[in-house]
Amino acid sequence: MALTCEDIARIANLSRLELTGEEPARLLTQLNGFFNIVEQMRAVDTSGVKPLAHPVAVLGDIALRLRDDQVSEPNQREANQRCAPSVKRGLFLVPKVIE
Amino acid sequence: MSTDLHDLTLVQLSAKLRSKDVSAVQAATHFIARRDAHAHLGAFLATDDATTLAQAHAADARLAAGENAPLLGVPIAHKDIFVTQDFPTTAGSKMLSGYRSPFDATVVAKLGFGVPGGVPGAGMVSLGKLNCDEFAMGSSNENSAFATVKNPWDTTRVPGGSSGGSAAAVAARLTPAATGTDTGGSIRQPASFCGITGIKPTYGRASRYGMVAFASSLDQAGPMARTAEDCALLLSAICGPDLDRDSTSLDMPAEDFSRGLNQSLEGLRIGIPKEFFTDGVAPDVRAAVDAALREYQKLGAKLVDISLPRTELSIPVYYIIAPAEASSNLSRFDGVKFGHRASEYTDLLDMYKKTRAEGFGDEVKRRIMIGSYVLSHGYYDAYYIQAQKIRRMIADDFQQAFTRCDVIAGPVAPTVAWKLGEKSADPVASYLADIFTLPGSLAGLPGMSVPCGFGEGGMPVGLQLIGNYFKEGQLLNTAHQLQLATDWHQRQPELSP
Repeated sequence: MALTCEDIARIANLSRLELTGEEPARLLTQLNGFFNIVEQMRAVDTSGVKPLAHPVAVLGDIALRLRDDQVSEPNQREANQRCAPSVKRGLFLVPKVIE
Repeated sequence: MSTDLHDLTLVQLSAKLRSKDVSAVQAATHFIARRDAHAHLGAFLATDDATTLAQAHAADARLAAGENAPLLGVPIAHKDIFVTQDFPTTAGSKMLSGYRSPFDATVVAKLGFGVPGGVPGAGMVSLGKLNCDEFAMGSSNENSAFATVKNPWDTTRVPGGSSGGSAAAVAARLTPAATGTDTGGSIRQPASFCGITGIKPTYGRASRYGMVAFASSLDQAGPMARTAEDCALLLSAICGPDLDRDSTSLDMPAEDFSRGLNQSLEGLRIGIPKEFFTDGVAPDVRAAVDAALREYQKLGAKLVDISLPRTELSIPVYYIIAPAEASSNLSRFDGVKFGHRASEYTDLLDMYKKTRAEGFGDEVKRRIMIGSYVLSHGYYDAYYIQAQKIRRMIADDFQQAFTRCDVIAGPVAPTVAWKLGEKSADPVASYLADIFTLPGSLAGLPGMSVPCGFGEGGMPVGLQLIGNYFKEGQLLNTAHQLQLATDWHQRQPELSP
């Protein structure tokens, strides 16, 4: 199964990437080249195998820890916004979303 | 007096600092000059001598007060994937150009000067930030948005990646130690290409807090230095639980890895996976690895034939899982909270798309595209879940193998470092070269690269050692014993000015 130009456009949209010039054509070739090596994976019989997310879970179940719902960090709004592209009165500025 | 400070290993320099033969300021000054004299290697992305010297003064004050910690005052440099307050952090990406973190990564704080109100930190003096592939995605360091790192052994060749700046800086003796991160081989492969020693610990032993996230179920921090002894000291300081800040951090206590470095290898069973010794391995690499294995036999170890049958499958499995996680992690770069924002756009969606198109390089875009696709409706089970299932089978294969051996050995990479530009037009060719580091990464096992000889063009070859979970101490001892018997790790490149 090979990807098409329409697939590339759809994936680029999902990825929030604007593709220009030669990019879509180049990505089409490269991604199809990549999915050729993925084909061998699809033929493997994995029935009854549980997906592995945390690798050390091979040794036994690992429960994700939950923190108490308590404030533990001091407010660092200014420090955290210092590298933001556009900030006003402590708020991140973005183009108008709701008319 | 201090002309050859850079020829000392970290352990030797540490002794001189503690005996007060050398001060931390003298050491820092020496390495600053050497770093600047070899700037053409492209290893450093950010430096700030005032900060470096201030840290050195702080270390000297602690030394003068009688503190005897082994890393105190020793220079180090950090891969630019670790966020730092004192230096900019870019992750090798235009997206983060000029970014300054409001906090330090846990690994940086532990090696450096701690967190305010917390433990004091080991007191290492930072020489700056080291170049890497953009967001740690790459095996040649050519994906850095800023500068090409050159291999100190041959400046027409790549240093490996993604921790290429780290490996080049240590190999050229611009710093006695560096941090790296390893997602699919990014510590081991550049260590191999540059003839230095590096170790990636068991997944979950080193905190990921403050490491710019690439693939969260694979990313691990680790040290890169000249010897296993040096790495043992560094890894002891890096490891340990960080339960409040890293949800996948394991509750495994820190360990003194230096203590176990003098064990005999008599009777050690070294597993030799037949899939790591195929025709795909270049003859020069094969010869160096075979010679190291013979050395181990002389040291009393036994070689055991094993099989890791899904070695080749680890390539597609890794290159599904890592991009899937990357596409999710990198969604935070949207031009709103930090980083680059496009200057012209029509609306919010257009701002996202243009910002990301401008900020990310080609390889990062490719991986985000692959990741978005394999996670998208209709493909998730066939690709992502299937890859996670095979990942378990690969991890189980290792557990099977470890019933018959204590340590697994083989090449780190099929070849020595390739020429700059050689693989940059064909991303898949570069992925295929990761074949021997990916299985251990997928299984989350600790792995090392240890210098074991030289191949084509006089380029270094690394021996890969893979241990079972939490057996970093055994791995480091296995490497240290080889370094007591051979001098490959002491060779150094001739640097042209």
